[in-house]
Amino acid sequence: MLSNRIIPCLDIKNGRTVKGINFEGLRDAGDPVELAKRYSIEGADELVFLDITATNERRKTLIDLVEKISKVINIPFTVGGGIGSVDEISNLLKAGADKVSLNSSIIKNPDLITQASDRFGSQCIVAAIDAKRTGENWSVFTKAGTENTGLDALKWAIEVGKRGAGEILLTSMDKDGTKSGFDIELLKIISENVPVPLIASGGAGTIEHCIDAIKFGKANAVLAASIFHFKEIEIPALKNAMKNNGISVRLT
Amino acid sequence: MISIIDYKAGNLASVSNALERMGVNFQVTYDTTKLDNSDAIIFPGVGHAQSAMHALDERNLIDWLKTTKKPVLGICLGMQLLYESSEEGNTEGLGIIHGRLRKFDDKAVKVPHLGWNDFAELSDHPITAGLGTHSMMYYVHSYYAPVNESTLAYCHYEIPFASVVAKDNFWGVQFHPEKSGHNGEILLKNYIELIQKLK
Repeated sequence: MLSNRIIPCLDIKNGRTVKGINFEGLRDAGDPVELAKRYSIEGADELVFLDITATNERRKTLIDLVEKISKVINIPFTVGGGIGSVDEISNLLKAGADKVSLNSSIIKNPDLITQASDRFGSQCIVAAIDAKRTGENWSVFTKAGTENTGLDALKWAIEVGKRGAGEILLTSMDKDGTKSGFDIELLKIISENVPVPLIASGGAGTIEHCIDAIKFGKANAVLAASIFHFKEIEIPALKNAMKNNGISVRLT
Repeated sequence: MISIIDYKAGNLASVSNALERMGVNFQVTYDTTKLDNSDAIIFPGVGHAQSAMHALDERNLIDWLKTTKKPVLGICLGMQLLYESSEEGNTEGLGIIHGRLRKFDDKAVKVPHLGWNDFAELSDHPITAGLGTHSMMYYVHSYYAPVNESTLAYCHYEIPFASVVAKDNFWGVQFHPEKSGHNGEILLKNYIELIQKLK
């Protein structure tokens, strides 16, 4: 049976892992390669690296890092953060990334999904959607949740699927950083209406939250950062609890 | 020496890195003389079946693959291309294994089939030694191969589909052993040991 995935997310700045402490600032959290190795030994099913570097040097640093990670990690990993062209995607895949996550670039240019999935295959194109509740519906936001694009999240999710995204990484901007649980309603409406796999993100605080995202939100995978970084939840304990709740997981 | 076939539809970095981690001697090439001088071939592949066949054609590899007596391990799309045809772009494959690839029904399940899955059934064979039905592998694919006389192991997603296949000097795996953690390494190691015996 296909198992539900647990995906730790690592924020990368200038080639180092950083951990956000509220909105105050970022703390250096060490070597991403070492952390990736630790997660993979603990039973992570995949990893996501999100590059938040803002300098011009960023691409080269990121490529170097992807090469290093792919040499030591024997599970799939996704790279995201400001990726805007087919060439950039090509370079990251050549360096050893299994998938790339596209976010604001595809809002500006939805054709990028089509071009990239035609050229590299849907299996390596993840569409990241940051959604915020606006009344009865959810809207797609960019720029870390500060700018409303006016796109309806459900309609956009359907479109990215049709254009060839192989997976959707859905973050609730209302829940992100709150540790108060995932936006189950948002997950459920997207999962039930979009035929590609769905990764739940934003709001993980407890084991129960992760179970609910899969059981009630119908997500296929759960992504989280701080709960794993700060060891608030250990991956083996989470997977055992999921299994005891009738959720199919990979136990290593 | 093992050769990884270099064509545009290959995920060369992942497979190369996996062999490097295992300390296996390999080269990445599409030169048929070099391929002929190898002990075995790894035939990776991701993306679209039609583009992959075009890429093979551009490098004059189709006839070589069809006629080689070297051991060949097809991975993911590399395995799928061993079949006669695929619904994907209505593409003609290499025709080494009987059957046609079909697409999972996205009204019944999420497509692609993406993530870690176990085996529904696994035959006793040197390439699957040390693995059991509970051994999970990492999959990502939208088209699946039928279970038939060439199937050594099959997996279940909506319906049963071929996961490990063998025909003469050809082997194939639908999952990505290079991304399947320890279990994937067991399978790659089995292939390496198998070809040592065939030498």
